[in-house]
Amino acid sequence: MPTYSIKVNGKSHSVDVSADMPLLWVLRDHLNLMGTKYGCGIALCGTCTVHVDGDPARSCVVTLEQVQGKEITTIEGLSEDGSHPLQEAWKEVDVPQCGYCQAGQIMTAAAFLKRNPDPSPDQIREAMNGNLCRCASYQRIQEAVELAVKNNKS
Amino acid sequence: MKTTSLAGGGLLIGFNLFESCKPGVEPPVDLASLDYNDFNAFIKIADNGAVTIFSPNPEIGQGVKTAMPMIIAEELDVAWKDVYVLQAPLDTKNFTRQVAGGSQSIRHGWEPLRQTGATARQLLVNAAAARWGVDPRECTTKEGIISNAKGETLGYGDVVQEAAALEIPEDVALKSVKEFSIIGQEIPNVDLDEIVTGKPLFGLDYKKEGMVIACVLRPPAFGQKLVSVEESGARALPGVLDVIRFGDKVAVLAQDTWTAMKGKAALKAEWGNDEPLESTEDHDRILTDLLDGREFTTMRKDGNVEKAFAEADMVLERTYESPFLPHNCMEPMNFYADVTPERIHLVGPIQTPEGTAHQIAEVLGRDFSEISLEMTRQGGGFGRRLYGDFAVEAAEVSNLAKRPVKVVFTREDDMADGIYRPAIKYRIKASVRDGQITGYHLKEAAINSNMYGLIPNFFPAGALENYQVDVAKFDSKITTGAWRAPYTNFLAFAEQSFFDELFEQMGADKIQSRIDLLEKVKGTTDDRIQYSPGRMQEVIRMAAEKSGWGTPKEGVYQGFAAYYCHNSHVAEVADVVMENGEPVVKRVVCVVDCGIVINPSGARNQVEGGVIDGIGHALYGNFAFRDGRPQALNFNDYRLIRMNEIPRVESYFVQNEESPTGLGEPALPPAGAAMANAIFAATGKRLYNQPFVNALKDVKIPEKEIIG
Repeated sequence: MPTYSIKVNGKSHSVDVSADMPLLWVLRDHLNLMGTKYGCGIALCGTCTVHVDGDPARSCVVTLEQVQGKEITTIEGLSEDGSHPLQEAWKEVDVPQCGYCQAGQIMTAAAFLKRNPDPSPDQIREAMNGNLCRCASYQRIQEAVELAVKNNKS
Repeated sequence: MKTTSLAGGGLLIGFNLFESCKPGVEPPVDLASLDYNDFNAFIKIADNGAVTIFSPNPEIGQGVKTAMPMIIAEELDVAWKDVYVLQAPLDTKNFTRQVAGGSQSIRHGWEPLRQTGATARQLLVNAAAARWGVDPRECTTKEGIISNAKGETLGYGDVVQEAAALEIPEDVALKSVKEFSIIGQEIPNVDLDEIVTGKPLFGLDYKKEGMVIACVLRPPAFGQKLVSVEESGARALPGVLDVIRFGDKVAVLAQDTWTAMKGKAALKAEWGNDEPLESTEDHDRILTDLLDGREFTTMRKDGNVEKAFAEADMVLERTYESPFLPHNCMEPMNFYADVTPERIHLVGPIQTPEGTAHQIAEVLGRDFSEISLEMTRQGGGFGRRLYGDFAVEAAEVSNLAKRPVKVVFTREDDMADGIYRPAIKYRIKASVRDGQITGYHLKEAAINSNMYGLIPNFFPAGALENYQVDVAKFDSKITTGAWRAPYTNFLAFAEQSFFDELFEQMGADKIQSRIDLLEKVKGTTDDRIQYSPGRMQEVIRMAAEKSGWGTPKEGVYQGFAAYYCHNSHVAEVADVVMENGEPVVKRVVCVVDCGIVINPSGARNQVEGGVIDGIGHALYGNFAFRDGRPQALNFNDYRLIRMNEIPRVESYFVQNEESPTGLGEPALPPAGAAMANAIFAATGKRLYNQPFVNALKDVKIPEKEIIG
C-alpha cells in the first residue's frame, strides 16, 4: 500500500492506505479524528465537509492524491477551544438536535464566511443548501450564521 | 430508592421507577455492600457539592438528555451550572422504560424524576437538620445550600456522607410550578460543546481496542434469498480479515471502514426467490382493492354512517395516498458487539436498548444477565432505531468471528435495508344535512399493519353521532415499522385536508366549524376520547390569532390544520405565496399545548424540526419498489428538504400547569395538511397524494399568458 504524507490541522501524518481510500476514512479510521462524519459517501449531504487550503471539500470523495502538499482543516482544528465565531454562535443559538451533521454545517459556513464575510440571508441559504440536516435544524443554522456575521462586525 | 456512600466520597441516590410505585420497598440495610460500579443511578453528589445526573433514556435528538436531568435538578434544588449529565447505560434494575419512542420520555418520567430529585433533597435536608439538632421543617434549600432558621448554612456536599446513612423519607413535598427555577428556562443542549468541536459522541465514532469493521451484504430485494456467494474477490483485498456468511447475509470484516465497504462490493452473490417479488404498482392496486372491498376490521363505530349517507343533502368522498418512506437518519445504522463466552458487550445508537438486548439474548441463546449495553448519542432516530436488526447482526457476526465487531451500514444499505413507513391509503366519506356534518367514515388500507391504540378515537371521534373507522391490510415482504408519528404522520394530512375541502363545500368557516365540532365533545364520558376539546379549541384560536388568519397580506394564502397525537394538541397555519408560478410555503405558525414546557429552547427546536420534517416529506418523500428492490439508494435519488426550501417556523406554547406531554412527534402530522390547504387557497388545486411535488408540477401557473 502506498504511503502518503498529509497535513491535518497543522500537523503532518504519514499513513499507509490504499490509493482509493477517501480522505474521510483516513481521518476517521486512521487519524482518529471523528468529528468529520460519514453521511452519504457521494458528496451530497455535507456531513463530511473539511477545508482543503481553506476551501470547503467533501472528504468522502477526496483522495489523498488530491490533497498532497495541501493544508487540511477539520472541525477539530477549526479553533483550539471551540471559540471560532461560528462555534460560539452555534452554542448561543443552541442549534443542534441530534447534532450529527453540525460539524459539517459549521465547516461549510466557516469556508463561506471567509469568502463572503457579510452575506445576505439568501446568500447564506444558498451557501448552506448542500448540507442536509435530517432533524431540520435549518432555521437555527441560518440564525447562527447570521449571528456570527453580526458578532464579527461588532 | 437506594442510597450509597461512594468510595471516593459523596452520595449516590438511585431510584427505581417501577419499585417506587410499590409500597414497603426497603432501603438497603448495609449501604457499604452496594457496589457503586454496578449501580447506575440517577444522582451522584460529590463532597464538593458537584452533582452528576444520569439521564436514563436514549438521546436521538429529541433533547431528553438535557430535559430529564433538568427535572431532577429542579426538585433537587441545585444550580444547573453545577450539574454534569451522563448518559446512563441500559440498567433494568434501576430504571424502567429506557425507550425513545412515542414521544413519551418526559410524560412518563415527569413524576418519578421529580420524586427522585425531591427525595434526594429531603435526605440532604434531614442530614443537615440532624447535625444542627433542628426540625428539618425549619430548613430551606436554594441552589445546593441548606439554611436553618438561625441563618446557618451547609452545602449539599457537606452532608452527603451523613445523608447516605439516613432512611429514605417518604411523601416528600414537590415544588409548586411557581417555584420552578430550572424548568421553563432556556437550557442549551448538554452535549453542545462536544458537538460543535467534533468530539466522538455517536455510535459511528465508538472505538475499542481490537475492534474490526463489518459491512454486510444483504438480499438486494425483499423476498430474495442467498443462493451462493463467491468470496474470493473480497478475500483478495488487502486489509480484509474475514468473510462470514450468516443466514441470507454475508459480512466482510476489515481493519477499517473503507476496506470493509470495498470488500462487500467485491462479493459476487447469486440470489433466488420462490415467490413473485413486489412492486409499487402492485401495492397501489392492492391497497385500492382493499378500499373498494368489504373485508375490514372496524376500530370504532358510533351510530349508523350508512343511514347518515342515505339521508344526506351532500356527500363528499376522497381518497388519499402515501408512499413508503425510509427514515434516513443522518448517522447510518451501526452497532458494536463483543460476544465472548463470558459476556456480551454492546455499544451504539438504539431507541430500545432493553428489547434489543432481549432479542440478542434469544438469537444467541444466552442469558439476558450476561448482556451489558451502552447507548451512544444517536444521529437521529425517527423510529428506525426502535428496531435492533443492526445490533443483532453485530452480535451474530461477533459471535461467529469471535472478536469485537462494529457493523456499519453504508447509506445505500441504510436506505435499502429499511424498516419503512408503510404505504397507506385513506378513503374518507362524510355527509352533510341541513348544514351540519352528520356522518364520517374513515377507511384505511395499509401495508403490513394498521393504526393502533387510540388513533381511531382521535378527532372527529366523539364529535359526530355517526362515525366509523375501518381498516384493512396487505401482508408484504417489505419490512415496515414506526416512522416519526406512525399513521398520524399521513392520517392528519388526509383528515385535515378533507375537513378543509368539506368546510369549503359547505360554505362554512374553517375555524368556527372546528370549534363548534369540538364543543360537542365536551362532557363526553367516553374514556377512549383522550383529546381535550377545550385544549384543542384553545390552540386553534391561538393559531388563528398568531397567524393573522383571515387577514393575510396581499399575495399570501393561508391553510389551517389542527391535530392531537402523543397526548399533545397542535394547530398550524401555513402561509403560501406564488413564486415564479409555483406555490411556496414561506411561514408556518405552530401553536402547541404540551403542558408544562421543560426546556423552551429544546421544545422550539422540536417544533421547528417537526414542522419542516412534515413539510419536507409531504413535498418530496417518495420511495418505490420494483421487483422487491428499492428504487432509491442515496440522496441523488431520494430528495430530503434542504435549507433554501424551508418555511420560517414560528412556535408558540400554551402556558398552563398541566403535566408535560409529547413533543418529539406532534408538530409533524398537521404540517402537510396546513401546507396543502394553503396551496389550495393559492391555486385552487387540491392535493390528495404524497409527495406533493408530483402534482405541483401540474399546477405550475405561467407568470405570463402564453399566446399562440
